[in-house]
Amino acid sequence: MIIETDQLTREFKRRGKPKLVAVDHLDIRVEPGETVGYIGANGAGKSTTIKMLTGILVPTSGSVRTCGLDPLKQRRELARRVGVVFGQRSQLWWDLPTAESFTILGAIHHLGRTELTARRDELVEQLELGEFLSTPVRQLSLGQRMRAEVAAALLHSPQLIILDEPTIGLDVLSKQRLRDFLVAERRRHGTTLLLTTHDMGDIERLCERVLVVDHGRLAYDGSLAGLSRTVGAQRVLVVDLADGTRQRIPFDAEKVTAATVLAQASERAEVRDLSIEEPDIEDVVRRIYSAAR
Amino acid sequence: MWLVFHNVKALGGLTFTQVLLVFGIADVCFSLADMFFGHLDSLPTYLRQGTLDVFYLRPQPLLLQLITSDISLRRLSRASVGLASMVIALWLNDIHWSAATVGLLAMTMICSTAIYCAVYVWAAGAQFFLVNGAEFTNAFVYGGRYAATQPASVWNKPLKVVFGFIFPMAITAYVPTLALLGLPGPSWLPAWLAWTTPLFAAWSWIFGLAFWRFGVRHYQGGGG
Repeated sequence: MIIETDQLTREFKRRGKPKLVAVDHLDIRVEPGETVGYIGANGAGKSTTIKMLTGILVPTSGSVRTCGLDPLKQRRELARRVGVVFGQRSQLWWDLPTAESFTILGAIHHLGRTELTARRDELVEQLELGEFLSTPVRQLSLGQRMRAEVAAALLHSPQLIILDEPTIGLDVLSKQRLRDFLVAERRRHGTTLLLTTHDMGDIERLCERVLVVDHGRLAYDGSLAGLSRTVGAQRVLVVDLADGTRQRIPFDAEKVTAATVLAQASERAEVRDLSIEEPDIEDVVRRIYSAAR
Repeated sequence: MWLVFHNVKALGGLTFTQVLLVFGIADVCFSLADMFFGHLDSLPTYLRQGTLDVFYLRPQPLLLQLITSDISLRRLSRASVGLASMVIALWLNDIHWSAATVGLLAMTMICSTAIYCAVYVWAAGAQFFLVNGAEFTNAFVYGGRYAATQPASVWNKPLKVVFGFIFPMAITAYVPTLALLGLPGPSWLPAWLAWTTPLFAAWSWIFGLAFWRFGVRHYQGGGG
């Protein structure tokens, strides 16, 4: 078992207000090699859970074991086995070139020189970091920086990768690149993946299993297909036609591909431009609750 | 300080050159501690930005990471005033040099630096559960530094309790100076205490680390 929580609870005391229960008696079990999407609205308790999994926060009650370790008592040992990427928070050194950050992280993790070089070269190739390795981190574009962040978190070949909003703010191409890399990385090393996201595309392309959390409680635990069935999540193909009108064509991503829908649309009218709207995570979560009631 | 002594001949039973020695020892040791541990002052910034999370995710002790995130040698230049004062004061004062006094001076330098470092650690630990705690802890860190450069015999009662024993500032420079000069010291702070600085240093570190550990466990995370 790579993640195991038992009645995990965390409360925050607030001045002059009732205490906030961010995580409420949560039971989660994740086997090695799984890819799990951890979703929920803002403030649902995702980040708090991750912080307890990695030993940053102390649980109010309940227990948690990550990679078979106690995150509080064995934080340093755990840090060698887990890689964490925060989409909003950098762990690189702002003023140093990316390559230097890798060298320092290698030293922090006590990686041997050959080990470090081999792993770094692998990551540089897979994530296409070569062109900006000597550029200071602060000068990187967001897409470049996120790739560098991912590489930094994976440098010590962790068993478990936790990604908190990894694709936030990235353009379509950068998102795709990052997802492809994570799929490949997992295939090569059998790494367990836990990610939080607001992007349905991330979940669809990366996760076999989805956990939905609301107000600190587990609202759904199961396959992605099951989630889509439950909520009937539909994508919408938006096409701008030659006559200047805009059409919205909803379709079920499980049954038909976007290309088929587009081909059928093109048969009827000339398509000038198109975009695809993904179902919104908040919307999915909302539907889960209404389905459960 | 010269202005004070221009008007009075002695302060707290010490002459100008004797007080200069107190100031010199305290200032050199504090500057050294500031160089190694002064960076802990930026902990509130890390706490507010939530960047401390990143430190938790690395397989190294938190305190060590914070200290080494910036060691500024430029802070060393601040020690030069203290060092000059100390050297001049050692020269001017009538010190009976022996193996014992040299040993005492060396021990004082090490232990006093350790005590100031411990106060930094205590202050950092307190930041975790104080909102805008820097204002409060600075009173002890920098207030303590200032107190340490004065002869403790002029302090009032609350100062004696706080900086005599809880944060043993009197032990860092004033008491060793008394011992070096062969003076008896006030009744509540006899000069022989100068030989017990390692005990005070150990106490300071236990106190400081206990606060630090308590603080780390109290961390609320940086939102997110």
